[in-house]
Amino acid sequence: MKKHLKQLTAGVALSAVMGTAAFADDIKIGMVVTLSGPPAALGQQIVDGFQLALEQKDGMLGGQKVELIVEDDELKPDVALVKATSLVERDKVDFVVGTVFSNMLQAIFKPIVQSDTFLVSPNAGPSTFAGRNCNPYFFVTSYQNNQNAEISGMIANEEGFENVFTMVPNYQAGRDNIVGFKQTFKGNVTDEVFTPLGHQDFSAELARISTSGADAIFTFMPGGMGVRLVNQFANAGLSENMKFMSVFTTDETTLPGQKDAAVGFLAAGSWAPDLPNDANAAFVKAFEEKYGYIPGSYAMQAYDTASLLDSAIAKTGGDMSDKDAVRAALKEADFTSLRGDFSFNNNHYPVQDFHMLNVVKRDDGKFHTSFVRTIAKDYADSFSQNCKM
Amino acid sequence: MSTTLFLILCLNGLQYGMLLFLIAAGLTLVFGVMGFINLAHGVQYMVGAYLAFAYVQLTGSFMLAVILSLVTALILGLLLEYFIFRHLYNRDHLDQVLATFGIIIFLNELAKVIFGPATLSIAPPEFLSGSIQLTETLRYPIYRFVTIIAGLVVALGLYLTISFTRIGMLIRAGATSAEMVSALGVNIQRLFMIVFGVGAMLAGFAGVIAAPIFAIEPGMGDNILIVAFVVIITGGIGSIGGAFFAALLVGLIDTLGRSLATEILSTIFNPSFANQIGPALASMLIYILMAAILVFRPKGLLPAKGVS
Repeated sequence: MKKHLKQLTAGVALSAVMGTAAFADDIKIGMVVTLSGPPAALGQQIVDGFQLALEQKDGMLGGQKVELIVEDDELKPDVALVKATSLVERDKVDFVVGTVFSNMLQAIFKPIVQSDTFLVSPNAGPSTFAGRNCNPYFFVTSYQNNQNAEISGMIANEEGFENVFTMVPNYQAGRDNIVGFKQTFKGNVTDEVFTPLGHQDFSAELARISTSGADAIFTFMPGGMGVRLVNQFANAGLSENMKFMSVFTTDETTLPGQKDAAVGFLAAGSWAPDLPNDANAAFVKAFEEKYGYIPGSYAMQAYDTASLLDSAIAKTGGDMSDKDAVRAALKEADFTSLRGDFSFNNNHYPVQDFHMLNVVKRDDGKFHTSFVRTIAKDYADSFSQNCKM
Repeated sequence: MSTTLFLILCLNGLQYGMLLFLIAAGLTLVFGVMGFINLAHGVQYMVGAYLAFAYVQLTGSFMLAVILSLVTALILGLLLEYFIFRHLYNRDHLDQVLATFGIIIFLNELAKVIFGPATLSIAPPEFLSGSIQLTETLRYPIYRFVTIIAGLVVALGLYLTISFTRIGMLIRAGATSAEMVSALGVNIQRLFMIVFGVGAMLAGFAGVIAAPIFAIEPGMGDNILIVAFVVIITGGIGSIGGAFFAALLVGLIDTLGRSLATEILSTIFNPSFANQIGPALASMLIYILMAAILVFRPKGLLPAKGVS
């Protein structure tokens, strides 16, 4: 007891010196990501990226000790809901960081924001919460889901593709990507093919592609689907006559399985491991040293999320009780993003640059996406004007 | 729609059918002969693929990896039989489903722990990596032809074994009446073990030859297991011949349906409606086929003799 008292007096003395309310408890951050099944690789990148940032700051964000609670949503909406509710009600976290997938975000959104807890998404950026249903307690540090496909349409225009074959899995995100692509692409879409989710054998589709007369293919095939498609596309000899353009299909999570088959394939994104800025170079180096693999955009976004929280907590001096102050501090986005310029729109979705990327092989035999040129500067999503914030 | 495209679709359908057959063959024997529901059969397909990956990494040779994977898959199958499944033969189907489902979860997670959650791939062997120029722009990999041939060889081997050898005769007899075979002094326990081991090995083989075409990931056997059940029910439980024809039928209908459903529908309805309905209808086709066949032939296409 005596010892405690001593610490307490020391604390009071210190706070008196520093002139801030340093009485706040540790900052509690709950994380809800997918860590089971094949998409676990994405969730793992987010955990790794966030923890790297924490470690570099000695386990503190904004000068406050941080307790991180990581939960696995198992890619099941009901599980995500239970985990998120318990984070808010039992653990009384100050922030929830999640999720990887948009449908998980839909599941956890309401209970978190209704309890006046800040929800920061390090990846999922559905249109649902970008427009009319935007929320003062919700921030996105990644992108709005449609944006990458819209940028792909612009890339197709700039590269002079006239006929493009589009193929996506038959579910919401797949259809959103086709809509996004067609919104900006000025040429002719020869086909719109929808495959089942988790599709195994693309050879029937490849046969259609070869007879379609298109100059390029645009696709969105995340995870294992992307590995199969890219390998089968290359094996069928289509890479020689056609350009391959995609989003979330050839990234750092799938390239170890695609290897040489993907080299030269185009992608759209807000970041690549070799994006030229000092903060990014240091991040990629530290990340590879610690985890032994090249970080993808998921890890980068998680790192940026940690940096954002760091800046906001520092601004409020660790005081989480004044929600308006915390929100204002988050909104400022006063941190060094690995992507370079970064700010929040009125709907709390990012305004950032988007680039054309292509896949390259590094000297040590590993593969990653590489920055080619910037396609759109300070690009905002197209839903923000419907948001009354 | 060109003839080349149709030809390619048929080849793909055949190849998918062969893969299904390799998995369904073991499943139908285990189900037919032992009356045992083995949900973990699909996971043995995944195990085969991971074994191939591991052995290719170790030895650097694809052919060597195939042989080692087959042996390991057989041993794993026998071990599973000895330690787990043997104790479940006399239990009811619910216990078997629960236990084998547990094995699925366990092995899927184990694969993730050992190899990581990311999708892996292996290259086909050097001498099979070429391709045949089908049209000006499209090549068809030789490896895919080889998988069709491999499937046919296995089918022929199984047919000869089951029709003309003593062990085949016992398997057929066991499918009809296991008690009677046992009463005639045959070690039925050992027969079951052989059937089970071979079934596991065939599923593993399917995984091995599928690995270079498809990607290797935890849970890759879960979906194919459902289709394999469709195959054995359509073909008639316990019947290798039925499994063969049903596998080809399901493979062809699924492949052709996926490509043609949208096209056919768009001749009747407007394109955007066809685009909505086509993919959904295509993925239902094999189940509709199964239901239709069961209406006219409740025991399947070629039921095993004497199954009641």
